[in-house]
Amino acid sequence: MKLQYLLSAFFLLFGGAGCDLFENDGFSATDKGTLKIAFDNVAGDKDLVMETGNYTNAAGETFNVTTLKYFVSNIKLTTEDGKVVAYPQESSYFLVDESDPTSLTLTLTDVPAGNYKALTYMIGVDSLRNTMDVSKRTGTLDIAGKAKGMYWSWNSGYIFFKMEGASPQAKPATDGTTNYRYHIGQYGGGFGTPPVKTINNLKNNTLAFDTDVLKIRKNKTPQVDVKMDVLKVFTGSYTMKLSEDPVIMVNPLGANVSANYAKAYTLKALQPNVP
Amino acid sequence: MKRIWILLLIAGCSTVDTPETPTEVSFKTPEGFPDPVYRFENTPITTAGFELGRALFYDGKLSRDGSISCADCHQQEAAFSHFDHDVSHGIDDRLGTRNAPALFNLAWHSDFFWDGGVHDLDLQPPSAIMNVNEMDESLDRVLEKLRKDSKYPALFRSAYGTEDVTTARFLKALSQFMLMMVSANSKYDRYIRKEAGITLTADEEEGLRVFNLKCATCHPAPLFTDLKFRNNGLKPTPNPDLGRALITLKDEDRLTFKVPSLRNVTESPPYMHDGRFSSLARVLEHYNSGVQATENLDPLLNQNGRRGIALSDTDKRVLLAFLKTLKDDSFLSDKRFSHP
Repeated sequence: MKLQYLLSAFFLLFGGAGCDLFENDGFSATDKGTLKIAFDNVAGDKDLVMETGNYTNAAGETFNVTTLKYFVSNIKLTTEDGKVVAYPQESSYFLVDESDPTSLTLTLTDVPAGNYKALTYMIGVDSLRNTMDVSKRTGTLDIAGKAKGMYWSWNSGYIFFKMEGASPQAKPATDGTTNYRYHIGQYGGGFGTPPVKTINNLKNNTLAFDTDVLKIRKNKTPQVDVKMDVLKVFTGSYTMKLSEDPVIMVNPLGANVSANYAKAYTLKALQPNVP
Repeated sequence: MKRIWILLLIAGCSTVDTPETPTEVSFKTPEGFPDPVYRFENTPITTAGFELGRALFYDGKLSRDGSISCADCHQQEAAFSHFDHDVSHGIDDRLGTRNAPALFNLAWHSDFFWDGGVHDLDLQPPSAIMNVNEMDESLDRVLEKLRKDSKYPALFRSAYGTEDVTTARFLKALSQFMLMMVSANSKYDRYIRKEAGITLTADEEEGLRVFNLKCATCHPAPLFTDLKFRNNGLKPTPNPDLGRALITLKDEDRLTFKVPSLRNVTESPPYMHDGRFSSLARVLEHYNSGVQATENLDPLLNQNGRRGIALSDTDKRVLLAFLKTLKDDSFLSDKRFSHP
């Protein structure tokens, strides 16, 4: 009781400026803030330029990128004291598309205020949502809408990660073209009788902030800048050769590609407050 | 008094906000059938929803150039299979790689297609719509055509209360129509239900006995399929269709396909996943003498040192007689399922 009186007196004495100072360090457990996550797709130390950019992968093959899209979902934050705060799953499906600049920055609203030390997200669409009733698959997950082209109808499930382009070294298709296409999906589903599990290419990424702290407050919008390096898609864990396997879709090699891109996402910067 | 007044107010509000609730149609599980696996709680079937689904099922707008409807490859008189076509025949006269399966009793299936690649009836139509050899269309363009159509906005309004044409509404309407396609009134069913005046001939009765002895493990009543994926020893083609393995990527699933139902089987030739056999006589002969020692051959077809299932000429004759009792005339001619 006495402490409350003291605090009231403190506020009365120091007025508005004092309040601002006070709030910069503290927050109420019920405060909510906004968090932005911005994806910067790059090729090594170069910015990724669609179509015209030319890059060299670990196997020494040159390639360009004409399509780069991936689902980011199931976003979670870890607090300084180790508590995991999950962003509501229902609102947690984003499709990042390099050709659509507005899709590169995800905006999460009503995130509990707090001091966070790590961000976790899934590349892909979890198995639960992949098997959920079609009426629950709206917005980013609408297969006739935003998810168009990111869904396999014949082997029903979302494509998690799609990267396409051309490479002069790519093994030519029957029509002579040297394009490459990586379409990676498969969530370990399959509901046969008896049940048979397909391969599972769902990957979680955790970006730890080390000594830095992500502060979410009701009057500040911090941003996590994430770098995604397409060169690592060819070499994170396995060396992929376009000269051998330019087309990887529903294919055991998809597991190698997903293992690679799981390591392609790194923390670039934390911005304490963005517009 | 006060409580009644509140109730009246609520009732009054709801009539203003939401249009007439469409009449619900009850899905009845036929006597002797197991519980369906379809999640009906997500898809209440209504008269208007069913009729919308029926209109869509018979509409070429679902294809790129308007030429191919669901009903082209799923014809009622052929138990909703493609009469006389070994493999599906789609847009621009393109040919698919597999035989169009007969459609009925879909509420009991949890896996669709010969390879089980789709796990939900609601998600089955996009596969045919998007397949380049079938309808070669995108789902968003189909929905756009329906929005601009002269009749569909009203049909969607009747079925769902508003004119919004969404992915889920479109797919659920097709499901409502297909779910109601229940075949459970063949001579066999009426015999099992001991309906008055229904008797089996001597050949049919003997056929039932042989069937239970030699076929029923993979084709058990009442669905006449165990819904599993099996390799029945077909002679491999030069580039064999790997079937289930295309979905699971597992070696043990190579050359396995979903066991089809034998209901209405006399009406849905040709047979097998690639429609290679034009008659049931040839199918029976396959099991008698044609089963090949292919990888993953179903163990049931390789027992006691013999491949296949020994069938005498008498066995074959009576089996054919029995299989005819699985023809469900009331289903095949049910006006509810015909072209609207």
